[in-house]
Amino acid sequence: MAQAEKQPEEEERTRELRPAWSLPAGDADKIRLPVDWPSEITRDWAWGGSTGKDVRVCILDSGVDAGHELVGGLEEAVAVTIGPDGETVVAEDTEGDLCGHGTACAGVVRSLAPDCRLFSVRVLGAGFTGSGDVLLAGLKWAVEQGFDVVNMSLSTTKRQFAGILHELTDQAYFRRTVLVASAHNMPVESYPWRFSSVISVGSHEESDPLTFFYNPEPPVEFFARGVDVEVAWTSGARIRCTGNSFATPHMSGICALVLGKHRDLTPFQLKSVLYLTSTNVGGGR
Amino acid sequence: MNADLKAAVAAGVIGSEESFRTLLQSVVEVARAIFGAKASSIFLLDEEADELVFEAVAGEGEETLIGKRFPSSTGIAGWVLVTRQPLVIEDVTQDPRFGKEVAESTGYVPKGMMAVPLLHDERALGVLEVLDRPARAQFSLVEMDLLGLFANQAAIALDLLRRARKAEAALDASGEAAGVVARLAETVEKLDDERREAGLRLLASVEEVLRNDEGG
Repeated sequence: MAQAEKQPEEEERTRELRPAWSLPAGDADKIRLPVDWPSEITRDWAWGGSTGKDVRVCILDSGVDAGHELVGGLEEAVAVTIGPDGETVVAEDTEGDLCGHGTACAGVVRSLAPDCRLFSVRVLGAGFTGSGDVLLAGLKWAVEQGFDVVNMSLSTTKRQFAGILHELTDQAYFRRTVLVASAHNMPVESYPWRFSSVISVGSHEESDPLTFFYNPEPPVEFFARGVDVEVAWTSGARIRCTGNSFATPHMSGICALVLGKHRDLTPFQLKSVLYLTSTNVGGGR
Repeated sequence: MNADLKAAVAAGVIGSEESFRTLLQSVVEVARAIFGAKASSIFLLDEEADELVFEAVAGEGEETLIGKRFPSSTGIAGWVLVTRQPLVIEDVTQDPRFGKEVAESTGYVPKGMMAVPLLHDERALGVLEVLDRPARAQFSLVEMDLLGLFANQAAIALDLLRRARKAEAALDASGEAAGVVARLAETVEKLDDERREAGLRLLASVEEVLRNDEGG
């Protein structure tokens, strides 16, 4: 049967069966992409006029206080807990934020991308002992939901989780879910921020929320605002905080802005745009 | 394990907890002094109970807090432990729930707090907190690095303490003479000169009696 005579379903099936690393003769046209990137990528091109509208951003953290004025509401909130037989359970979150940190991250993302859609996955509160399993289950759930951006201001040092975390972050990368993860500033091995499939974030000391730097010496890829940041906290409070865990939602917010304007970017393309618009690369133009 | 080795291990274990405790205390005191803070404390994760326990306190709460426990995965310390991320927060009194929670665990409400996880190899052992450093224009990343260095030292001390406790528990559970003798030796070593002399004479007599019995 000639290629042109194939039914769409069959063509879809054939494509799935084809090894992903080959491009048969004549197929180059099928993956031809419109060249609508200007020769110079500016911030105006990248996110000018964007409010992050309809971009789905997930906060994987301590829960989010949806009623806080800086958060401006949540679409959905779930909590991961440990069930009676030791299994992880994902269910509606009825407790909200158990620390304040998740609310802080949600508020930072909202301040940069006011029209994004915010979701919360709470991975805190089920005890320390099962926290690695809870983190994995929360991330797995978030990747399955196909969020556009997942903000992870957390990491684990347990090597037993490194392999499965690596698989999950790769899966997210291939499914166009951008994982933005806090880097560690202490001399220990921790994950998932060290994986190249995520966007890893450390802090700079400047006060502009849109100032971010590309780091030419990885593993940390970007530095964003993380010192003395006014954030939302529980009980409707606003407090000032410092840490890479506050730089991370700044990068997530910027990702949401770019994706709000350029919906179809893959994580690779998004990283390229971030690189080209970094304060130390494009001069913040 | 031969008898000499057993005795050596026992002697190494007995009393080491106190040394490691002193080391932890010194870490919180130096942390408090360096940052000019009102208080500093170290929490150890009790894995069996899944709780955080106050192990060392310098400044406010020094007298009353040691041994006090709270949940391992809620609040600031819980977040820091679970996420392995350090956190510096100011103006915490803005949040009444937080104020209540901290006041219950520390006896007073701080305005600001630095909290850092204590990580040793791949284990998260506990949390170091520094409360109420003097308000400055802006927190700097240099201070964050300094906090990280302290945390590293505290984590090593905490790991030693944890190991000493495990070893001592194992020695107690074995019920062997080595443990009893090592504990007795530790007690005698701590006496003043006069009583120590008397204690050593008494032990020598006990040994003589036991040897004679053995011979006869």
